Amino acid sequence: MKLRSAMGALTALGMVMTASTAFADAHSSGTLNSVAGNGSVQCGVSQGLPGFSNKDDAGNWTGIDVDFCRAIAAAVFGDANSVKFTPLSAKERFTALSSGEVDVLSRNTTWTMTRDTQLGLNFAGVNYYDGQGMMVPSSLGVSAATELDGASICTNTGTTTELNITDFFRSNNMSFELVAFEKADEVVAAYDSGRCDVYTTDKSGIAAQRLKLTDPNAHTILPETISKEPLGPVVRQGDDQWFNVVRWTLNCMINAEEMGVTSKNVTSMLNSDNPGIKRLLGTEGTFGENLGISNGWCANIIEQVGNYGETYEANVGADTPLKLARDGSVNALWTQGGLMYAPPIR
Amino acid sequence: MAYNTEPDRHGGDDGGLAALIYNPRARGLLFQTILLLAVIGFFAWILDNTISNLAAQNKKSGFGFLEESSGFQILTTLGTYLIESRPGVATYFDIFWIGVVNTLAVAVVGIILATILGFMIGIFRLSSNIILRGFATVYVELLRNIPLLLQILFFYIVVLRILPGKREPGYTLFNGAFGLNIEGLFAPYPVVREGIGMVLMAFIGALFLAWAVAWIAKKRQEATGRQFPSFWVGLALIIAIPFTVFTMVGEPMNLEYPRFLSAGDELPDGRTVSRIKAGYDIELGGMVIVPEFLALLLALSLYTASFIAEIVRAGILAVAGGQTEAAKALGMSNGQNLRLVVIPQALRVIIPPLTSQYLNLTKNSSLAVAIAYPDIVSVFAGTALNQVGQEIEMIFMMMMVYLVISLVTSAFMNWFNDRMRLVER
Repeated sequence: MKLRSAMGALTALGMVMTASTAFADAHSSGTLNSVAGNGSVQCGVSQGLPGFSNKDDAGNWTGIDVDFCRAIAAAVFGDANSVKFTPLSAKERFTALSSGEVDVLSRNTTWTMTRDTQLGLNFAGVNYYDGQGMMVPSSLGVSAATELDGASICTNTGTTTELNITDFFRSNNMSFELVAFEKADEVVAAYDSGRCDVYTTDKSGIAAQRLKLTDPNAHTILPETISKEPLGPVVRQGDDQWFNVVRWTLNCMINAEEMGVTSKNVTSMLNSDNPGIKRLLGTEGTFGENLGISNGWCANIIEQVGNYGETYEANVGADTPLKLARDGSVNALWTQGGLMYAPPIR
Repeated sequence: MAYNTEPDRHGGDDGGLAALIYNPRARGLLFQTILLLAVIGFFAWILDNTISNLAAQNKKSGFGFLEESSGFQILTTLGTYLIESRPGVATYFDIFWIGVVNTLAVAVVGIILATILGFMIGIFRLSSNIILRGFATVYVELLRNIPLLLQILFFYIVVLRILPGKREPGYTLFNGAFGLNIEGLFAPYPVVREGIGMVLMAFIGALFLAWAVAWIAKKRQEATGRQFPSFWVGLALIIAIPFTVFTMVGEPMNLEYPRFLSAGDELPDGRTVSRIKAGYDIELGGMVIVPEFLALLLALSLYTASFIAEIVRAGILAVAGGQTEAAKALGMSNGQNLRLVVIPQALRVIIPPLTSQYLNLTKNSSLAVAIAYPDIVSVFAGTALNQVGQEIEMIFMMMMVYLVISLVTSAFMNWFNDRMRLVER
């Protein structure tokens, strides 16, 4: 009896050891391999930010960050639907990424030096240049952020917005009260009920959350942008192969827009004589194989998801409820006076 | 010695290793040692794996971050009154303590409120008055069957919707000494000067004196049967002595009242109050208890009270009916019966499950994060964790806080339970 139970305990222990070793192996042998093994990309998104990552009425994820996840799946599998979404709060997101729960974080996350150097993360680029703004009820009659001395401010916990707003008020010698919630819905509810005079977050977020207010037109977005918020996809540090796949997925989308390749014309573009387009779409060179994926990676992205400009206009552009006009903004292509610029594929 | 009953098939004449293998005691020892080594190895492997993974991810480790200064503001709460909280000056260690103080504040006040309310509702449930009994039953069944997080969010939104806006005085009491609007409950702030220590000493002395009086009175009653109103005498001592000292040393404390400013008022320094600055200004005096604290406190104590009520009811029902009959036969009133006969016996049944409820309330306070109350989970394992990024160290510190609070609560309740135990002769 005694012998048998001891043997049982040892066997169980052995199984735990084997399972854990297998897990450790998956970690060290590369995210791309484990993604290929799983058959889908695990993508961390927000818990609901219209235009960026949000569930529509039919329960499908939509948004510019969601489209980026789909683009990675298209690059790796040739199928934009081979992706699973994990909604994460601002607080959970980095833990979820570093623990391996998600392979990539595409969740309106600001690229800062601390995050890049201390959290064991790498930012693969910028897919939206944002900045923190403030919204106030129009009835307060405030026209500039410098008039906000003594205001109470609602925002999210676990974000750079708390630090930026603190810096802004301190540098202007103004007092304020900060009410920080975990979820965006509670921030909106508290602001809507009058708990705070100011709602602050990234300007794109304000445009999105404003739609949830009782009367969206009774609120004014102040002109000041008090911070730089370059939002982009994030991967774990120390896996250069996966980092390259994610980074060049973004570069592919931006380069495609610059060269005029869209989801509509990509099939005819496959016959193009332009060497730049040939390299982009994989009809010339082995750029995809060098990444560890197929040569048609970028053609798949454009065909199934679209180029950067297409995803921008479909999710956050002037014709969407968010109405974030792209012309003349920093998010325009560099050829249009904006900051969207990708290294060449050659 | 179950081993000795096993038949020893080898009769003991086989010496050496074989004997050792067939010796049940040695065999048991061998497997125990192997198992122990395997368990130790398992944990060592986990530790090693964690350390090397952290190193591979280029993450910092250790507790050095506690001395770095933080850069974010925290909502005005007990913690920010007691501990340095200015952004850029406060370190992450200060942030940690602010979180601890805020967690303790809501837990302690919540436990007191839940106990009072729970005892009342529990006694109501046994009342012969049908309205009281019906109310208590509805209360218990409603509150303990709805998830706590929903109740917290409900109370918070209701509190915010009911209260008047920030730029109105709201509900006031005592000519503006107290005010309640959406920014919270504003109250006078006690400012103490030199000499308050003596008043405090006098208070402790009076407590000791009252205890001595009660002890002597009890001894005398046991000896002679004569009674003495020790409760009222004690109360008079506790109030009178510190008050006398307070006036003697020149009233070393006064109250700063909250000030309400309307747009257009003139401030002492000559500036006029802007529209956004209108409202109560605690920089000019007074203090504020934010609605986040009020909502959390309300939800936690109402919820826990429904469980305590059931524990109290069970405790009272556990006291045999003959006890009450005996008390009546001795000529005791209903109140005396409850106070001297039923409750002391019921407490023996009530205290152990009550301890669990206190521990639950403390741990449930971590739901504060949903409504922006800066408790340790929200402020330290939330905002600070996001800036620092050292999950293992910070979550460990947070778990230790809850462990220590829970162990202290348990130790106190066990001590109390021992005192209430039936003394058998």
